[in-house]
Amino acid sequence: MNNTLAVLASGEASPGEVVQATGTFALIVALIAIPVAGAVLLLLAGRRANRWGHWLGTAIVLAAFAVACVLFVALLAQPEDARTINQYLWDWIDVGTFQAPFALQLDPLSMVFVLLITGVGSLIHIYSISYMEHDPERRKFFAYLNLFIAAMLLLVLANNYLLLYVGWEGVGLASYLLIGFWFHKPSAATAAKKAFVVNRVGDFGLSLAIMMMFATLGTFTFEGVNATVGQADSTMVTWIGLALLLAACGKSAQFPLQSWLLDAMEGPTPVSALIHAATMVTAGVYLIVRSAEIFNLSETARLAVVIVGTITLLMGAIIGSAKDDIKKGLAGSTMSQIGYMFLAAGLGPVGYVFAIFHLLTHGIFKALLFLSAGSVMHGMDDEVNMRHYGALRKAMMVTWAVFGIGYLSIIGVPPFAGFWSKDEIIHAAWAEHPIAGFAALVGAGVTAFYMTRMMAMTFYGKARWDDGVHPHESSAVMTIPMIILALGSAVAGYLMLYTANIEEWLAPVTGYEEVDGSIATPVMIAMTLTVVVIGVVIGWRQYAMREVPRVAPTQVSALTVAARHDLYGDAVNEALFMRPGQHLTRTLVWTDNKIVDGAVNGTAAGIGGLSARMRRWQTGYVRSYALTMLLGVVVLGAVLALGVAL
Amino acid sequence: MNPTNYLVLSAILFSIGAAGVLVRRNAIVVFMCVELMLNASNLAFVTFARTNGTLDGQVVAFFVMVVAAAEVVIGLAIIVTIFRTRNSASVDEPNLLKL
Repeated sequence: MNNTLAVLASGEASPGEVVQATGTFALIVALIAIPVAGAVLLLLAGRRANRWGHWLGTAIVLAAFAVACVLFVALLAQPEDARTINQYLWDWIDVGTFQAPFALQLDPLSMVFVLLITGVGSLIHIYSISYMEHDPERRKFFAYLNLFIAAMLLLVLANNYLLLYVGWEGVGLASYLLIGFWFHKPSAATAAKKAFVVNRVGDFGLSLAIMMMFATLGTFTFEGVNATVGQADSTMVTWIGLALLLAACGKSAQFPLQSWLLDAMEGPTPVSALIHAATMVTAGVYLIVRSAEIFNLSETARLAVVIVGTITLLMGAIIGSAKDDIKKGLAGSTMSQIGYMFLAAGLGPVGYVFAIFHLLTHGIFKALLFLSAGSVMHGMDDEVNMRHYGALRKAMMVTWAVFGIGYLSIIGVPPFAGFWSKDEIIHAAWAEHPIAGFAALVGAGVTAFYMTRMMAMTFYGKARWDDGVHPHESSAVMTIPMIILALGSAVAGYLMLYTANIEEWLAPVTGYEEVDGSIATPVMIAMTLTVVVIGVVIGWRQYAMREVPRVAPTQVSALTVAARHDLYGDAVNEALFMRPGQHLTRTLVWTDNKIVDGAVNGTAAGIGGLSARMRRWQTGYVRSYALTMLLGVVVLGAVLALGVAL
Repeated sequence: MNPTNYLVLSAILFSIGAAGVLVRRNAIVVFMCVELMLNASNLAFVTFARTNGTLDGQVVAFFVMVVAAAEVVIGLAIIVTIFRTRNSASVDEPNLLKL
């Protein structure tokens, strides 16, 4: 990978001059302050805010989106090498050489995230007004959503890893609160805890990475790390990269920390759309791309990223193919698509841009798919089992149409958004790591299969509804955000790639290199489309042309059984960590009870017994005391006499 | 006279007093035995003072007498009080301090 070094030497990947925030850019802090204010207000106002809380929550995010647009325009006006804006707010931690400023950084990479978070976030807030209408805790829901938006914006706007960590934990908290929003259901409460615990494993990686950065480089600001990492010991850089990868795996539900995402679907559907599809789960990709300078220097760490991405994109796709729960199917798909992003990020400078590109298009079309799934559930009395759907096309025309656009986008049919981004990733992967490229191609076929399956089971075939279910189209408050996202899914890919030229936009931050294509682009596109068509045809034959049974068949292949059990992710975790952990705790409890407590209690009992025996000496008879005194004096006298004699 | 005789007498008196304290039950008798022990030690002090030709032992004997007089006052008062409350002057009776 000598060309990587060449890129670094030519300075193409180095960020431009850091500019201090003045004028319009002073608004950066408002991006975070506005949603924080919203969350605090909604949580403190309590029941009084029940009537208008959802309007306030939505207005807050729309305001943040407006600020983001203003900043975007201002950033566009900046010359290309001066688009990294720093806003220093205050000294957060200042102890000797350990200095963590509370400072924000807006650059082209953060900017696209800010637009995605506030843009998609606004639409999902609007959608939630109607979706959560009958929930008595709707105000709290919006408070948590605002909290999430604030934490996520802090994550992408921080100018150092420690502050990023604050946002990282903040989104973890918001995710926990929202997965467990219906905590009266034991499954939701368990899922929330599981997500929290699995994320903690990843967070451990991030804290390790920050500590190693400080130990080797003496700094953890992005600017400082980028400037000094080149002189650092290469083994240490690899370890930092691997620790960052662990962190990213936890947050982005990548193998081996993937198990929490499927359970996270217990949360309300808008949460799944916003947090567990569009934004939070992609934070791992952000972390890796943000640390591009570190990964550029370590081929091992990049290879690890590629392997993780490849495994997860296949795992997610296989799991997605077997799930009957529409949300879990989409969750498997999210894992798989983030696997694509990891794969792209692991390719180095040829891939960072496309990882972010796919992240953006995925953020739009996956949010759309989740919202459509929510709309279907809304019309079907919260039924999630696709085997009880069928023939909903007539009943829900709008939902069908927008889901269809999302479907075409995710399977990668031109000119929809997913086509442009996924195709670039497969192309780059094919040139750099042919095995990963082949896996990505197969993944595209499986994606086409499971999405066709989902589409066919939900909207086509015969109606398999439960008795008393009357599917109906959702209200305009829900359909309008879906329609806007559908427009985005249709055109965003083309616009970002050709009109906005995302490679040039991101190159100052992430670096960019043309793929020296081993396969011509048209051939690649033809191959991908062939695989996709095969996937669609198999899916269509199996689920649209044949009758879908209302109860999942049990006579199925071993792969299907495995996929239904999330490829035994939970079983592996239980066997490797939970049970040994339980044994360990049991042993420790036993040791504590028997050995530690035994020693303490034994000493106490021994002293107690001894003192009971010694108490007998106190007879209360004056004469015996006198005798004791006499004997003592005699002994003392004898000792003295002997001592003098000797 | 040989001072050893005085010392032997002192030792005998002290032993009698100590034995009396240990074996007698009547508080008055025990008290008298204590006095006997004090006087035995006084005798030894005076003998040593005479032998060494100094006045120190004599002075200490005076101190002991003064302390003994004070002790008699307190001791008798206690014995009388115990006798009044318990109708007995036995030293084995007041064993309430025992648990």
